[in-house]
Amino acid sequence: MTALLSAAGVAKHYGRTPALTGVDIDVAEGEIVAVTGPSGCGKSTLLHCLAGILRADAGTVTYRDQDLGLWSEKSRSRLRRTDFGVLFQFGQLVPELTAAENVALPLLLAGSGRREARADAQQWLERFGVDHVAEARPGAMSGGQQQRCAVARAMVTQPRVLFADEPTGALDALAGEQVLGELVRAARDQDTAVVLVTHDARVAAYADREVALRDGANDPSGLGVGS
Amino acid sequence: MSTSFVLLGLLATGPRHGYELKRAHDDRLPRAKPLAFGQVYATLGRLERDGLVEKSGQDREGGPDRTSFAITEAGRTSLDEWLSAVETPAPFVTSTLFSKVMVSLLASGVDRARAYLTAQRSAHADRLRELTATKTAADSPFGDVVAADFAIAHLDADLRWLQTTLQRVADMDREKRP
Ligand SMILES: Nc1ncnc2c1ncn2[C@@H]1O[C@H](COP(=O)(O)OP(=O)(O)OP(=O)(O)O)[C@@H](O)[C@H]1O
Ligand SMILES: [Mg+2]
Repeated sequence: MTALLSAAGVAKHYGRTPALTGVDIDVAEGEIVAVTGPSGCGKSTLLHCLAGILRADAGTVTYRDQDLGLWSEKSRSRLRRTDFGVLFQFGQLVPELTAAENVALPLLLAGSGRREARADAQQWLERFGVDHVAEARPGAMSGGQQQRCAVARAMVTQPRVLFADEPTGALDALAGEQVLGELVRAARDQDTAVVLVTHDARVAAYADREVALRDGANDPSGLGVGS
Repeated sequence: MSTSFVLLGLLATGPRHGYELKRAHDDRLPRAKPLAFGQVYATLGRLERDGLVEKSGQDREGGPDRTSFAITEAGRTSLDEWLSAVETPAPFVTSTLFSKVMVSLLASGVDRARAYLTAQRSAHADRLRELTATKTAADSPFGDVVAADFAIAHLDADLRWLQTTLQRVADMDREKRP
């Protein structure tokens, strides 16, 4: 089986700080893969490289057999709108827009009509149980409601790959766990692959498979500990 | 032992035969270790001796599984005390995981301990995934979900301990070979 998305030998520096020093990862169509490892090991950086938000310094990122490194910024940004959904670790919703407008936004950016985008947004808000705050702005929503809207926004374009960076700030709360369960169910329904970044073994357990990182590289022991 | 109190709890809702008790136990606590019939009768015998349950009827055929038992007033008091009493937080570490790590460090050294920790970690992660799938399935019964939560919390604690221990073993090893 060929991978839908894969990275081979991906390296990335921030100035002189090495964040990734050669990471390999494969994600098959519809597969849920957890990327785990201790804080600072490069999980978010890898996610951004895979999603084409950052360009790797070395190595290749391949999506549907195409080397994304050879694509222009404009083409990569179009790909992000059509095929990818992203759930960032920090800063999710546009504070000036209502929940419904936030969720409709990716559809409008991808060229959908206003009415159609509104209707789809409404459906996804319902699916994640936050249709009652459709007209509220993020500032007037609870943390859990904001999180649900962010998930709805990431799924509204029915992406082929969802990139989710620590999608549940606090899984201890039953609410966080419910969001994660719903996200995984929605992804399986749509056959959306998910790259799920987390430092939490309980979150990683929602995935089909785990890829562990340590100090910017793959960690075959999965323990994230030096030897 | 908690089996006595689980049986008392089941009898608190009305008299039952021994075999009904076993069935009720296995239905209500689906992920608990199934009760053996022998254990049900032995426990009922002890509870009866202590005056916490009494025979409340017998079907024609007789035989132990045809006798029904009812909770007594003393049984209700005892159950009530058990439900109110706070359990002593585990005073000793009795985990096989812990013993294995200490024994492999003693008997075989760091590499053996590390190999064990790594293998155990991966077995724990697999089990965590299975339980998570069980509990996220749309039609999971409430008892299964709560039991999975319980097991997941304990596996997660084990995993944290495995990780910390591996780090400690690595640190200890580094200090020893400069
Ligand atoms: N914009 C940046 N500029 C400079 N260094 C950065 C930047 N972003 C990340 N880094 C560094 O790169 C390394 C990897 O960071 P990254 O955010 O990918 O880690 P992470 O695994 O996602 O951590 P966490 O679990 O804390 O989110 C760290 O050493 C971090 O300090
Ligand atoms: Mg991060």
